[in-house]
This record gives sequence, structure tokens and C-alpha cells, in this order.
Amino acid sequence: MSDRPPLLEIRGLRAAVGDLEILRGVDLCVHAGEIHAVMGRNGSGKSTLSKVIAGHPSYRVTAGQILYRGQDVADLAPEERARAGLFLGFQYPVEIPGVSNREFLRVATNARRLARGEEELDTFSFDDHLEQRLALVKMDPSFLDRSLNEGFSGGEKKRNEILQMALLEPAVAILDETDSGLDIDALRIVAEGVRQLAGPDNATVLITHYQRLLEAITPQYVHVMAHGRLLRTGGPELALELERRGYDWVDAEAGLGSREDVAV
Amino acid sequence: MTALPLRDPSSAGTDAAVSAGVDALVAQPYRYGFVTDIETEKIAKGLSEDVVRLISAKKNEPAFLLDFRLRAFRLWQRMAEPDWAAVSYPPIDYQDIVYWAAPRQQARKASLDEVDPVLLETFDKLGIPLTEQKRLANVAVDAVFDSVSIATTYREKLAEHGVIFCSFGEAVAEHPDLIERWLGSVVPIADNYFAALNSAVFSDGSFVYIPKGVTCPMDLSTYFRINSGDTGQFERTLIVAEEGASVTYLEGCTAPMFDTNQLHAAVVELVALDDASIRYSTVQNWYAGDENGKGGIYNFVTKRGLCKGARSHISWTQVETGSAITWKYPSCVLVGEDSVGEFYSVALTNNRQQADTGTKMVHVGPRTRSTIVSKGISAGQSSNSYRGLVQMGPRAVGARNYSQCDSMLIGDQAAANTYPTIRSQQPEATVEHEASTCRLSEDQLFYLQSRGIAFEEAVSMMVSGFCRDVFSQLPLEFAAEADKLLALKLEGSVG
Repeated sequence: MSDRPPLLEIRGLRAAVGDLEILRGVDLCVHAGEIHAVMGRNGSGKSTLSKVIAGHPSYRVTAGQILYRGQDVADLAPEERARAGLFLGFQYPVEIPGVSNREFLRVATNARRLARGEEELDTFSFDDHLEQRLALVKMDPSFLDRSLNEGFSGGEKKRNEILQMALLEPAVAILDETDSGLDIDALRIVAEGVRQLAGPDNATVLITHYQRLLEAITPQYVHVMAHGRLLRTGGPELALELERRGYDWVDAEAGLGSREDVAV
Repeated sequence: MTALPLRDPSSAGTDAAVSAGVDALVAQPYRYGFVTDIETEKIAKGLSEDVVRLISAKKNEPAFLLDFRLRAFRLWQRMAEPDWAAVSYPPIDYQDIVYWAAPRQQARKASLDEVDPVLLETFDKLGIPLTEQKRLANVAVDAVFDSVSIATTYREKLAEHGVIFCSFGEAVAEHPDLIERWLGSVVPIADNYFAALNSAVFSDGSFVYIPKGVTCPMDLSTYFRINSGDTGQFERTLIVAEEGASVTYLEGCTAPMFDTNQLHAAVVELVALDDASIRYSTVQNWYAGDENGKGGIYNFVTKRGLCKGARSHISWTQVETGSAITWKYPSCVLVGEDSVGEFYSVALTNNRQQADTGTKMVHVGPRTRSTIVSKGISAGQSSNSYRGLVQMGPRAVGARNYSQCDSMLIGDQAAANTYPTIRSQQPEATVEHEASTCRLSEDQLFYLQSRGIAFEEAVSMMVSGFCRDVFSQLPLEFAAEADKLLALKLEGSVG
């Protein structure tokens, strides 16, 4: 790993929804320039981890720290984390009727720009700015003038997520099951977008339970999540092994029974 | 609009979090709650035939108008207050209300320079500058303070086009023939309890007359201000658009914060002849009472438009955010063939506000068309009801109605109801009704927040998005105003 301080460091993170503990001590260290993959079965806590990092109000952090650039962000509101440069690409982006996609993208972009000490963009400069990034996800401009995610197909929603990532230029992007529900073409476009946005100053955490996204984007680190913890870390070869052998052996090696995970 | 999914019961705990967040937002200040310190001439409280005669005498009214008032008063005495609306309030003591109050000044001033500067200042503070230099560009304003109109701007300019825009009192003095012809022609004096009361005691209001073939060169606007704590406001608006005429009319209202309730019972009548068009927009921001439901305006209003002529068009747009109680059903009677009626409404209730509002579309003539778009937003412990009637009469061959009623709930203690009534006596008429209810969901808020948008702004974006179909019907400046107003009603940080 690099000598530089990590962008994101998670230490002993435990989180619960109501009385139900879902994260049971997660440790993760992400440096600039890295791509990580977190793999695991449905219900292993992967999505919860991403939502807790982003500050979803349904989850209560009961122990541990979420250090972003060395600072614990666990008490910050979701919007403050986002403005600071954390980004969550949603597995199921919600539809928001009546809110124009273009307007939403502009407000979000400006919130991030202000936090970085940059000038807000007016409607015209924003449109130019937007056009450049639109090409990255090969999105039809007509989507900009529709209501946010309303009536979008699965692939269109995911491309809209990557477009948001391109506009917000996060330091740490956590992409939750970005590959789910995508056909091959859409997957290629999304993967290409993620690859182009990854750079030496930012980091990407891909949450997935299939190998196929990792064929398009090669992570340096692969983590296996089960029972609310990251049980094992390895290189890209670990993903291949999981693809071949399934997840049960990880449980067995960790001395845990399989299929005990709670539904999340 | 697609209905948003209602949250499943297992996530009830997280709704409480949204509710708590929204509760923190809704401790909103009311910006227009000040009282103007001005010497007011009031008559004694109470209502009798003598009071009706006194009001008429103060206004030097012609005999036909006194007769109109007295007939209304006698009918009103025999009528009962309606109790079918989904609102509850303690009995109103009609003898405990002042029926006439006016700032003490010499009758009406020839020019604005002579209007009491305190009054001009009041309207300035309300964002309605009346003085020559600061006037709203391209909007003529009639400013009504308690029972009287204190100023009407741009009268001369409008007169060049033959447009009459003046206070009701002046219209009675200067154009008695027009008043006699049209007053009560749309809302008969005994139409309902509150309309009868208004017909007996109405004090002032606005009169608009657009002559044949004239498109009114600017938007017209009346701004109603209640100032006195114990005074009812009973204004009367009459708009007549002759053949081929068209006009856009805006109405705004505010009141000071008192811990007692004030009664507002207005009547608005619109008449559109052949090919005429009237667009009537209201942004109602009367004082709504405090978070415990103390104080606020009781708003019992009768608004009706008569599409008398063929191909005439009447459109009501309302944004209702104030009042402790709203009882209001701007309606269209579509007599002329191919005439069109529209009703676009946003009603926002918060705290303990109660709104029972909607419309009636009465299709009389053939091929008449109407559109109803109603958006109700309920927050806090408020109750918000849509009540509508679509009636297809026997001659309404080929008539069509489309209704859409959407409700949005914020938090878990607010109520939304829809009471649509459809009556058709014409098999070849089409009526469509769509309704949806959604809740401002935590996941939607989180999505916006996770993109750096603050909670309050996220709420306000979603609420404006929900209302977009209606706001797009408002004149541009009004739409921005309405958007801000809703944000203000839901945000604690503004104002």
C-alpha cells in the first residue's frame, strides 16, 4: 500500500437498524489511486456498508469510526459527506417525479463546487459542463429534461448515476451493485465510465456479487464480506476464486456456518 | 404523474425520522404578521338590518344595491351554516364581528401622493409597492386594506384601452349599470350561507371590465390585507370579459398574526362572453394560526366563473398556503358551447390547518371541456381534503372532463382526503378521474442529500416537483413567488 495517508479508513465499524446489528466490525483502508471490490452474498451487509458510509438515517453507528481524510464523518449529515467528496452510486436509484434531472444535476454540482471553493455555475455554463460529461456515459440528452429517474430503465438509471459521479468528481466513490440489472452493452458503458473517472487522486469501491464487472474494471484489492464483516482480502485472483468456488469456503475458513446471513 | 410507492409498514420506524426532521423545519415564521398602527374607523360589532343599511349608506350606494343587500340579509337569516365540509371549528358568533373598518382618511384620494404614507409603507413591506416609481412592472394593483380599497395603480393607462379596473365602490359610483347588470349573475345572493352573508355586508373589492375584442395590456392584481383583529373581510370581485376579450388576474392576501380568528368570506364572480378568456390566479397566504392551532383566518370563499359565451375560457389557479380553515371551491359553469373551464390547485396545510377545497365543473353546453389538477400537501397534524363535482347536464353532448387529484403526505400525523363526485345525465360525455397519494419518502430525501443537497432544500425540491403541473399555469413572477412561499412554509431557516 501507499505511504500516503488513506482517503477512507474504516475502523471496527458496527451499525444496526433498530435492534438488529448488521455491520459487526468492518475494517477497510482505501488510498488514492486504488480500486477496491467488496464481494459477498446477498444479505452479507455490503449495501448496508455503503449506506452507512454515506450516512443513511435508518442506520445507527454503534461502534467504530468512518475516517475520511483522517476525519471521522460518522456524525455528519449525508449532504455534508457528499459535499466533502464521498459518493454513493445507488443499487436502486429512486424516482423523484416532477424534479427535473437537469436542475437536480445543477444543484448537486453547485453544492459540491461551493464546498470546494469553486464558483457556482449558471444555467448556461452548467449546460456546457454537462455536455462534456454526457458523452462519457453515452446518455441521450433527452434524459436531462425528464423527471429524475422517473420511468428510466435500469440501465438508464445506472448511467445517470455515473453521470452524477462524473459531475461531482468525488474523492471516494462507492458503487453499490452498479452492474446489477444491466445488459452487456450498458455494463460496458458503465464500466468504461468508471474506468475513465478513476485516477491517481481518487479511489473507487465497487460492491458486487458477480465477477463480470471486475472483468471490465480490475481492482487491486478484493474483499469478501460475510456476516457483517470483511472476512478476507486478496488481489484480483480472489474474485476469480469466488466465481469458481462460491462463497461457502470463505465461511468455512472463517469458522462460520454458511447461509446465516440476515436479509438486508 | 405516477404514484410513488407508499412505504411498507415494516419501515414505519424510519418514517418517524422523516417526521422529526420535517417537524424541525415547520416551525416557520410568518413574515407578514405585523399590524399597521393606523387610526381606524370602525362601526360597532354585530349584524342587523341597520348595520346593512349603515354600510350601504357609508358607501352612498344606489337603491338597487341596498335592495340587493337587504334581500341577501333576509335570506341569510333563514339559512344555516353548512356543516358538510371536513373541517371543525368552534361556532362563529356573527354578532361578535365588526362588519366595517377603514383607515381614517378622507374618502378616496385623487392621487397616490395623498394616500397615508403609513398605508403605502404597509404595502411596501408586503412587497406590493404602490408608489409611481416603484410600481410592479406591467402589473396593475388594486390594494384593499380591511374594508376599503386604498389605491389602484395604472388606471389611466388601462383606461386608454377601455379597460376598467377600480375598486368595487368606485365601480358602483361610476358604472352602476354594469354592476346592476352583472352583480349576482354568477353567484346568486342565496347561493350558500357565506355568499349570502357577503352579499349583505360586502365592503369593497375589485371590478374589472374588459371591452369587446380587447386583450388587457397588463396583468391585473388585487392585494387583500386584513389589519384589524376583530374585523371580518367581505370583499367582492367581479370580472366581466366581453366578446373576444382576455385578461389575467392575480390575487394575493396576507393578514397579521392575532391569537383570535378572523372571518374572511369573499365572493368572486367571473363572466366570459363569446371567445373571451379569463385566467384568475390566487396565492393565498392568510395567517394560518400558530403550531397549536390558535388564531388564523377562517376563509369561507365562493368563487365561480360563468363561461356564458361560446368558446369562452375560464381558468382558476390557486396556491393555498394560509388560513386556519379553508372552505373554497372555485368553479366553472360551462354554458357556451365549446367553452373551457380549468382548475389548477396547490393546497398546503401544516400544523393544525384544515383545508376543504376543490372545484365544481358544471357542463351545460355541448362539447364543453374541463380540466382539474389538484395537488394537496399535508404536513404536521393538518387535514387536507379535495372535494369536487363534475356534472354533465343533458345538453352536454361530447363534453369532456379530466381530473387528477394527487396528495402528498409529509410526516406521519397529517391527513389527506379526496371526495370526488361525478354526475352525468349525458351518455355522450366523458369523465376521467385519476387520484394518487404519496408520502415524501426517506429514501428520496436521502438520495438528494447524498448528492450534497441539504435536507430543507431536498424537501422543497420534491414539493415543488410535486406541484409543477400547477405552477406551470401561474404567470411567471407568481410561479417563482409560489415556489418560494411553499419553501418558506416548510423551512425553518428562511425568513
